[in-house]
Parts: sequence; C-alpha cells; structure tokens
Amino acid sequence: MPEDRSALKETDSVLGIFAPSLYADRVKVYPRAVRGRFRNIKWAVLTFCLVIYYGLPWLRWDRGPGAPDQALLLDMSGPRGYFFNIEIWPQEVYYITGLLIVGALALFLATALFGRVWCGYACPQTVWTDLFMLVERWIEGDRNARMRLDRQPTSAAKVLRKSAKHAVWLLIAAATGGAWIMYFQDAPTVVREIFTGSASGATYFFFGLFTLTTYGLAGWAREQVCTYMCPWPRLQAAMQDEHSLIVTYQGWRGETRGKHKAGQSWEGRGDCIDCGACFHVCPTGIDIRNGPQLECIGCGLCIDACDDVMGKVGRPLRLIDFVSLENLQNRAARRPERLKLLRPRTVLYGVLLLVVAAIMAAALLLRDTLELSVQQDRSPLYVTLSDGSLRNGYTVKVSNKTRDTMSLRLTQDGLSGANLSIAGSPDSRDALSMVIEPDSLAEYHVFVRLPADRAGRQTTTFDFVLTDESGREVERVHTQFAAPAGGR
Amino acid sequence: MTDRTEERPTGIDNTTGHEWDGIRELNNPLPKWWLYVFYATVVFSIVWSVLYPSVPGLNSYFAGVLGYTQRDEVAADIARAAAGQAAFRQKIRELDVAAVKADPELNRFSVAGGRVLFAENCAACHQAGGTGAPGYPSLADDDWLWGGTPADIEHTISVGIRGQHDETRQSQMPRFLADGMLTAPEVEAVVDHVLSLTGKAPANEKGAQIFAEQCASCHGEDGSGNRELGAPNLADQIWLYGGDRAAVRQTVAYSRNGVMPAWAGRLDEASIRMLAVYVHALGGGE
Repeated sequence: MPEDRSALKETDSVLGIFAPSLYADRVKVYPRAVRGRFRNIKWAVLTFCLVIYYGLPWLRWDRGPGAPDQALLLDMSGPRGYFFNIEIWPQEVYYITGLLIVGALALFLATALFGRVWCGYACPQTVWTDLFMLVERWIEGDRNARMRLDRQPTSAAKVLRKSAKHAVWLLIAAATGGAWIMYFQDAPTVVREIFTGSASGATYFFFGLFTLTTYGLAGWAREQVCTYMCPWPRLQAAMQDEHSLIVTYQGWRGETRGKHKAGQSWEGRGDCIDCGACFHVCPTGIDIRNGPQLECIGCGLCIDACDDVMGKVGRPLRLIDFVSLENLQNRAARRPERLKLLRPRTVLYGVLLLVVAAIMAAALLLRDTLELSVQQDRSPLYVTLSDGSLRNGYTVKVSNKTRDTMSLRLTQDGLSGANLSIAGSPDSRDALSMVIEPDSLAEYHVFVRLPADRAGRQTTTFDFVLTDESGREVERVHTQFAAPAGGR
Repeated sequence: MTDRTEERPTGIDNTTGHEWDGIRELNNPLPKWWLYVFYATVVFSIVWSVLYPSVPGLNSYFAGVLGYTQRDEVAADIARAAAGQAAFRQKIRELDVAAVKADPELNRFSVAGGRVLFAENCAACHQAGGTGAPGYPSLADDDWLWGGTPADIEHTISVGIRGQHDETRQSQMPRFLADGMLTAPEVEAVVDHVLSLTGKAPANEKGAQIFAEQCASCHGEDGSGNRELGAPNLADQIWLYGGDRAAVRQTVAYSRNGVMPAWAGRLDEASIRMLAVYVHALGGGE
C-alpha cells in the first residue's frame, strides 16, 4: 500500500551525509474479502487440496493380513512405502525421485504457460494463508474492521477476539501437523496415541514442529515467505517469457487514472478510477498497477476486485487481466492478439515431462516383485583348494516383495561341472533350494566350486539363475568367476 | 520490467539517493525481523562459545563451562555397546566353541564380532577375509596345518605357533643343506621327489629314498603331512611358501619356521572363541 510505504523512506542524516534506512518494518497487509471468478477458483483449489491433505491418511486399502491397511503410508521403520496397490522398498526410492522430477517439470510447464499459478493457487503457503485469513475475517471482520481493531487500545473485547483467532489458528495448525504425522504412521493408531499420551517422543516432536511452522508461516509470516524466503519466485523468471500469461494492469487503458464522479465524461482519461480495490484485496499488499513485480503471486484476486468496480462504473471489464506481456502490447497498439502456447520452451518442458513420466511408468509397470542381487567376494577373490579345485564366494540376496512365501531354486549357467554350496553347510549340489518368507530379504553366502580339471587359469563369466518351483526362470544375474591369472 | 525507482502513484523516491553516471541504486530494505534474527544468531554463538569448547590456544583450548567433550560421547557409546554385548559374551565364555556355533544367535554374534576382531588383529598377516599370503596361510581354504575344527582353530589362536606361550604349537623342520644334513645334489633329488607328488616332476628314486629316511617321519610316507606335528601336506595343491622348484628347494635347504603370536592374554577368552567361529566360517572349516 503506497500510503503506508512512506514509512520505508525513513532516512537519517549522519554528519550531514544522506543515509537511507537499510531495514524496514514489515507493513502489515489487510486483504479485503473479494468475490469473483478467480476467488471461486481459489476456493475450489483450496478445498480440493485440504480435503486431500487431511483426508488421504484415513483412506483404507486392504493388502491382506500382516500388511498395513492405509492407502498411503511411508513406513520409516518398516521400511516400506505404500501407495495404494504399489509397495516400494527403500532401494526403490527413485520412484519418488521420479515423481518429484515429473512434478518439477509440470511446474516448469505450467509456469511457462500460465505464470505463477502454482504460487497463487496450489502452493501450501498460499492455501494455508488463505485458510488462516478466512478465519481472521470471520473473527475480526474485513479489512477496515481489522485495521480499526489493530488501532484500538487494548481492551477486553480486543484481547478476546485476538485470542479466539489465535486459538482457532493453533487448532488448524495442530490438525495440519497431526495430519503430516499420519502419512508416516497408521492414522487411527497415531491419533489415539497422541491423545492418550502414549505416542513416541519423535511423534510429539514432529507433531509440535509442524504445528508451529504452520501457525508461524500461515498466521504470521504469510507473504514474507514468498517475498523473502522462497527461492521459487526467483527461479521462475527463467521459465517465463513475453508469451506467459501473467496478472497485469493494462496501463494503456487505465491511465491517466483519476477519481471519477457519476455522470462525468470518460473522454481524455483512463478507465482507472484509482479506487484502490486492487491493492486492498492483494494478499501480498502490492499495487499491481506498478507493473509485474516479484511480490505478485499471480492469484488474480485484483482482477475480481477491479472487474467488480468496472462493472459498477460501466466500463469494460478486465482492466486488470490475465494476459501475456506480448498481447498487452498488441492490445495497446490495437493489433490482433495471439495466444502462443506452442513455443520452444513449452514444447521442451512438455516433451521432457512426457519422457520422464513414460520412463517412470514403464519402470513401475515392469518392476520385479522378486529380485536377485549377487555380489562377488573381494577378499579372497578366489580360493585354491587342496585338490586343486577353485572356489569363489558370492553374497546372494533374494528379495521377495510379494505377500506370499516363495520356494525357489538357485542354479548356475555357464560353468560346466561347477557345484554350489551355502556357507556353513557341507553338502554341495547343482542347485540350491531357497525358501523366501513373504515381504522379506534373504541373504546367503554361496560358494561356487569348479573342479581342478575344469578350472582354467583365466577368470570367466557365468550367470546365477533363479527358477520357481515349476522350473520357470524368474531372475538371472551375470557375474564372474575369478581365477589366479585374472583377466577374461 | 517495472521501473521500481519510484512508487507509483505516490511518486515517492525508491532509491538510496546514490547516483553514479546516471546509474541509481535501488533501495530494497531488508525486513527488520530478519535483522533481529541475525542478532539472535550472534547471541546464540556467544552463548554457545561460552558453554562448549570454542577458542583454540597454543597447547590447549577453552573447554567451555559445561565441560563437554566428544571423547566422552565416544567412550559412553563404547561402554553402551559393551554393555549390550555383555550378555552374549558371558554366554560365549561359558560354552565351548562347538556349542557357540550350534546356537544360531551366538553364531551370528560371533561371526559379526569376529569379523571386526579379525580385521583389527589378524588381517595384517592373513589378509582381509583370511585370503592369506606367502608365509601366512589362507584361512579360507580346506588345508589346515594344525587342524580345522573349531576347537583346533581356537587352540591355535590361543597358543600361537612357535610363539611365547608355554603350550604353543611347536614344530621344527631341519635346515637340511645349511646344517650339512644333505648335500646339494641330495636336496635337489628330494625336491624332485616332492614335486613328483603333485605331478610337477618325474619320479626320482634317490629322492624317494632320502624322503623316506629324512622326511617321512613327519610328513608321512606319502607326503600327506601330520597335523599332530604341524607338518604340511606335500601332496596337495596348497603351498604356504610357494610350490615351484625354487621355493621348495629354499624350504628344504634352509627351512622356514614362521611364527604366529599367542593371543591368549592379548584377547579375552570370548574374543578368541568368536574369532575361531568366524575363521571356521570363512569357507574351509571342518
């Protein structure tokens, strides 16, 4: 708010030298309520996000006995990640990395096309700040009432209103912090534990941490998070160009601005009647008429506010519009507009998005529920036995990601005459039978012994082969059999 | 982009007033609370420096009023680990090595702990994983000088070989050439015979005769060795000091007499038993 910003210009004269203030008090923002299309979209997105956030942990998903029945659960002690019908192990955390990359590319694409829609609508900071402002409006009233209340001397009524607001904020914050915990522990259990005081110290710590950050960020810090803390506003300039849609004041139409009385002529002046509605509703407290600025989160509430006024004074709507800088100039010059969605950068972001999404989807669909991993012993690489035969050792890990017990046979392919044995067991055979418990990883130290008459001096390669009970091959891992001369 | 040098519509000057060649400096004041957070970190660092070790000196340092040291933390961690292991070690002390091996939990504990003990105490000679090196036997193969049962291994670790212990494993191969017991051609003949046992040289009748007189009492008629005496098997493919002619000749002529220290007294009883279990599990245990 420009009139309030005069406080920023506090300057001191030290020894006659002009010295501007390097630090400024925060100018408190009192956004006014507004109605309109963008406000409705914002309410819809807010509701959607909050319902998902608070509701998702309560969604149940039957996985059979012994497995958690929560649809979405990151079980850190398990350690397993459950996503509906997908269950991932810690070494598969790259699926989450892939999801984050897809998310980042989608964000790039959206930013290149439509500007800061993430910031204005879907960012948690925006969603919870909006929710907290809603509470604030319910309890303390709209902009003018809130400003009046803040100016009032302390009174019982003022303390009551303020405490009520903070109490409701803290309640919402606690629900938010609590919901976060539920993504990592069984929701009904952890809620019961939190209330009965039997939850772990770590649970209470994170519960408290996320409660306080929610309360602090959405209640107190608000737009300062976007302006001072968040790196994303600084980064997205790199994704935008003159074709990206942004919230813009159409100066060519609005200027010269000035107060307007009913019945006065609109000749020789702009449509802006300088009512201040646009910055009264702005959640970051800026004046959009100063042009695109880094504080603007692109929520479009000023468009709603201005349209309301334009409708009342009978001028065309969209003096403030969701428009590209290119089209803004086209309009000013009375040139035809063109919406240019297909641009090198949007095509690149789109293609990258599809490629990464396709790779991740393919990886997920082709994912093995049974995995064989083999690591050859490094010391000793090989052992010469008294009869001249050679022995190599391997750490063989079989992970069974299903909920069924698996009976398997391990054989080798490529070393004729070799036999296998498990360390600690004297009998060696052509094949080793293994029984892998459900949802578990079994580790064996396997020795492969090649008789003297078959053992060459050269290191050779072969495959470990895992077959199921019916003899069908399920996994194959290529590895080497080391010999004294090395090489291949 | 936007000209931010003045606030529109109020027209307030938004620069610091500094101007050089027409370039004006925009004033972007930091929020005050940010400044206060900075002051708070300064205060925090002062408090921290007083409480915890901070200022270095020439020979010492300011230890902080809390007397905190990370060494104490390590000592406490080690003590905590030792306390956690105490019950296992107690059981291992009470049982014999075969019983320790038979108990799955103690076996697992011994192999895990034995691996660490081995790396600290044994790997310098025997190499990681008991790979062995010339003069230092491989512990992963199936050839044992003094026996490869868990009990044999435990005893060898305890008393050593040609070591300082009263009951140390003791054997002495004569220096046949150096001490004039055999002439050089006779040594050569014996070497021929020894190599012939593994098919690396043709049979040598004279060598066989000398072998029967001089060597067979320890190494056996067929050269298969004698574990009672620690006499190696000469008819297998495993050679402690190398199986080529030069290495065998060196052994016959000058003997070898490698030494392994006794570990009783250096390591406690439970540690030695854990080591025996670990070594037995390396792949050659009998």
